[in-house]
Amino acid sequence: MIKAILIFNNHGKPRVSKFYQPYSEDTRQQIIRETFHLVSKRDENVCNFLGGLLIGGSDNKLIYRHYATLYFVFCVDSSESELAILDLMQVFVETLDKCFENVCELDLISHVDKVHNILAEMVMGGMVLETNMNEIVTQIDAQNKLEKSEAGLAGAPAHRDAYIFSN
Amino acid sequence: MEAVNLLSSNRYTEKQIGYLFISVLVNSNSELIRLINNAIKNDLASRNPTFMGLALHCIANVGSREMAEAFAGEIPKILVAGDTMDSVKQSAALCLLRLYRTSPDLVPMGDWTSRVVHLLNDQHLGVVTAATSLITTLAQKNPEEFKTSVSLAVSRLSRIVTSASTDLQDYTYYFVPAPWLSVKLLRLLQCYPPPEDPAVRGRLTECLETILNKAQEPPKSKKVQHSNAKNAVLFEAISLIIHHDSEPSLLVRACGQLGQFLQHRETNLRYLALESMCALAGSEFSHDAVKTHIDTVINALKTERDVSVRQRAVDLLYAMCDRSNAQQIVAEMLSYLETADYSIREEIVLKVAILAEKYAVDYTWYVDTILNLIRIAGDYVSEEVWYRVIQIVINRDDVQGYAAKTVFEALQAPACHENLVKVGGYILGEFGNLIAGDPRSSPLIQFHLLHSKFHLCSVPTRALLLSTYIKFVNLFPEVKTTIQDVLRSDSQLKNADVELQQRAVEYLRLSTVASTDILATVLEEMPPFPERESSILAKLKKKKGPNTVTDLEEAKRERSADVNGGPEPAPASAASTPSPSADLLGLGAAPPAPAGPPPSSGGLLVDVFSDSPSAVAPLAPGSEDNFARFVCKNNGVLFENQLLQIGLKSEFRQNLGRMFIFYGNKTSTQFLNFTPTLICSDDLQMNLSLQTKPVDPTVDGGAQVQQVVNIECVSDFTEAPVLNIQFRYGGTFQNVSVKLPITLNKFFQPTEMASQDFFQRWKQLSNPQQEVQNIFKAKHPMDTEITKAKIIGFGSALLEEVDPNPANFVGAGIIHTRTTQIGCLLRLEPNLQAQMYRLTLRTSKETVSQRLCELLSEQF
Repeated sequence: MIKAILIFNNHGKPRVSKFYQPYSEDTRQQIIRETFHLVSKRDENVCNFLGGLLIGGSDNKLIYRHYATLYFVFCVDSSESELAILDLMQVFVETLDKCFENVCELDLISHVDKVHNILAEMVMGGMVLETNMNEIVTQIDAQNKLEKSEAGLAGAPAHRDAYIFSN
Repeated sequence: MEAVNLLSSNRYTEKQIGYLFISVLVNSNSELIRLINNAIKNDLASRNPTFMGLALHCIANVGSREMAEAFAGEIPKILVAGDTMDSVKQSAALCLLRLYRTSPDLVPMGDWTSRVVHLLNDQHLGVVTAATSLITTLAQKNPEEFKTSVSLAVSRLSRIVTSASTDLQDYTYYFVPAPWLSVKLLRLLQCYPPPEDPAVRGRLTECLETILNKAQEPPKSKKVQHSNAKNAVLFEAISLIIHHDSEPSLLVRACGQLGQFLQHRETNLRYLALESMCALAGSEFSHDAVKTHIDTVINALKTERDVSVRQRAVDLLYAMCDRSNAQQIVAEMLSYLETADYSIREEIVLKVAILAEKYAVDYTWYVDTILNLIRIAGDYVSEEVWYRVIQIVINRDDVQGYAAKTVFEALQAPACHENLVKVGGYILGEFGNLIAGDPRSSPLIQFHLLHSKFHLCSVPTRALLLSTYIKFVNLFPEVKTTIQDVLRSDSQLKNADVELQQRAVEYLRLSTVASTDILATVLEEMPPFPERESSILAKLKKKKGPNTVTDLEEAKRERSADVNGGPEPAPASAASTPSPSADLLGLGAAPPAPAGPPPSSGGLLVDVFSDSPSAVAPLAPGSEDNFARFVCKNNGVLFENQLLQIGLKSEFRQNLGRMFIFYGNKTSTQFLNFTPTLICSDDLQMNLSLQTKPVDPTVDGGAQVQQVVNIECVSDFTEAPVLNIQFRYGGTFQNVSVKLPITLNKFFQPTEMASQDFFQRWKQLSNPQQEVQNIFKAKHPMDTEITKAKIIGFGSALLEEVDPNPANFVGAGIIHTRTTQIGCLLRLEPNLQAQMYRLTLRTSKETVSQRLCELLSEQF
């Protein structure tokens, strides 16, 4: 299963973090730091997998990908196929791209709630829910429509929350 | 709280924010959980798919035990209900999976299981994906319940694999039909052995062949995503083939495919190919096929830029190693070790050590390899590795001479690693005689060579070297004086480290007092070590965790037994054998006392090395004799037989005392129901109070337990308490009783006084009841110094220049009890001609005089 999904930028600032296993806040921070440390020092053209020596146990693997200024890291256990996770990552990024129209780091900061919604459509409790991009986009669009239909008030709390989550 | 209110709102946005908040921020054991559960329950019942979806997401994300309790019954119903929307089914499946993971006991198996299996036939591929994940996990725990899923999964897989890339529309990802689902289905099939039904089996084989064939087709797209997706399915298919391990042709094809990937320009593929090949090497059908790639793998080890990939290459080399290529592989690993990353060095060292041992045809090669290993990466050579080389050298007569010669040569390097000094010291100490004939390695040269390293080494190594020296004394009498000089030097005898000092003192003493026979017995060659699982292997397993390596290792071991026809390594579990460190260092740690293993009290050591004849006297170990010995001393061995040793250590002050009793199990089997009891007669109970705590009823083999007895002398007493020990050894019941040496004189406080005072008091105690006199024959040689020591040991002060006759001994002291203090005076007059003593005791109490006289008379 997927243990955690982390997105951070080139400087190690976490942008999205989602854990599918209960960890204490301290451990989470530690995992993020250690992951960044491990991933950032690797060359561009080496492989995308990194095993061993992680906090969550030796069975875990990091599968990561570097897109422009962002690192996408999936921490998975041995029951997941590495290449399939890379595909999933690609689907995720492409979906983000469709929903935000040319996604960039700023989108992730100001619309954290949406990113979480998209992620929720794809991965649930550490298992992959849906890999069909069109399906995901349809669901997200439906949500947006619902949001719009329910009065203009809705926009405000969403933004307020966004600030809370983006730290 | 706001968030919980939002949950019950009917507006989607508000509800959604509420759920988001909860799944991100609410801890799984928050107090709000009951309120949240309520809101979720309402939403699940709402039949609004969006709301149901949100609720299921929330359950899956929080996934606490309370939630599992509340919803584990509900969700399976939603999952299999006919009218549930596809997206909700999907969520429900994964939600159930999550709950099953957190609390498997709360998710009941039932009717729904068979219906879940049929979800594999669902039209909607999203539902199938989710259901496959769920079934995979459930099937691992309950393989019987989900057996039917195999044939369904196979037919589903074959439909996907054979479909044209456009059939599945949305689920085609970069021209690969439903790669994700294929991977999941292949994983599910790995939970089961190959299908028994030949039709299903044939269909599956067909599928796997198609997947392998597709890998050969030219890519439909240049995009990396296309090849990723295709290869994801391919790798999963290969691991299924490896798992089934029944179709030789498929295995060989898989191996060929992986061989191509080994040289692929995509790093990810090289990594995965190495990893899969590792598993493939474990199969007997494909082992030889894997071996053909050895050069490529070695090349990868040398040229690969990524440490993850190099690590896999090392793993694969380890897995593909057998007798035919061991020399090559070990040589390559050794040369790689010089440049290897620090993080994986220790593992490589372990692997090299294991391979070298396992596939050694020629043990000289093995010795060379390990010494090389220590030279190249000494810091990463753990204790186990050098223990092991010593075990092997000791167990194999044919390499001992060679080993001695090689370490001797290796030690001549100006700088060598401490581990090498350890191995060298040990081996030369045992087998130095085998090369002593050569004038270039004469005993003296060997000794000087070792001693030149001595000062640069840490304390444990120095301790080991001291043991080597004493072994040299035995092996080569001609260097004895040189070694004694070294041991006698201040830097040894007065070393700040207790261990070194003790060894130096003991060894020096041993080399001077013991005859050559005793030396030869004590310092005999180490006996062969019992064959057992290599400690290094155990260490590697521990390092890797309960991972594939273990399985691989098992598989390999079975195979190696066939292939090599060698003896199967003894399957003794590591736990039941004593640790190798104990064995090896046993040489140094156990003092070379002919009297056998010492008690931890150290009392016996004092005996051996002191000059007191009473202690050395080889009395038959009868209880009474031992009891008498303790009258004048506090520490030592009270009782010893084949099974049990009882040591004592005690201290007394005024009317109080404390005694430590050490029970040592001399066997290798546990003592059960081990119960020592202190028995006092009624009389004694009134006069002497003893307090103790019960000890642990099981005493492990070779272990020692300690019991503390607190003693208070209430009034004077004559009897001694009895220590009764009962235990079960093997099937038999053992019962041992010994007198515990708590005697009245232990409560003596010495009193110094001048001649005048003494005789004044002597006269005051002239009442006939107060005096007790005994005339007896000497049982031991009449030595003045020993007699003095005994009187002091008895507890009284020894008064010099009191008696007009200097040959007589005079003592004085006070016996402390809780109630009174009793002054005691004693006078001992030896008669050398007649070999007789006259002992006179005067105290203020008759019984005390009587008892003290009895006790002391026994001592001379």
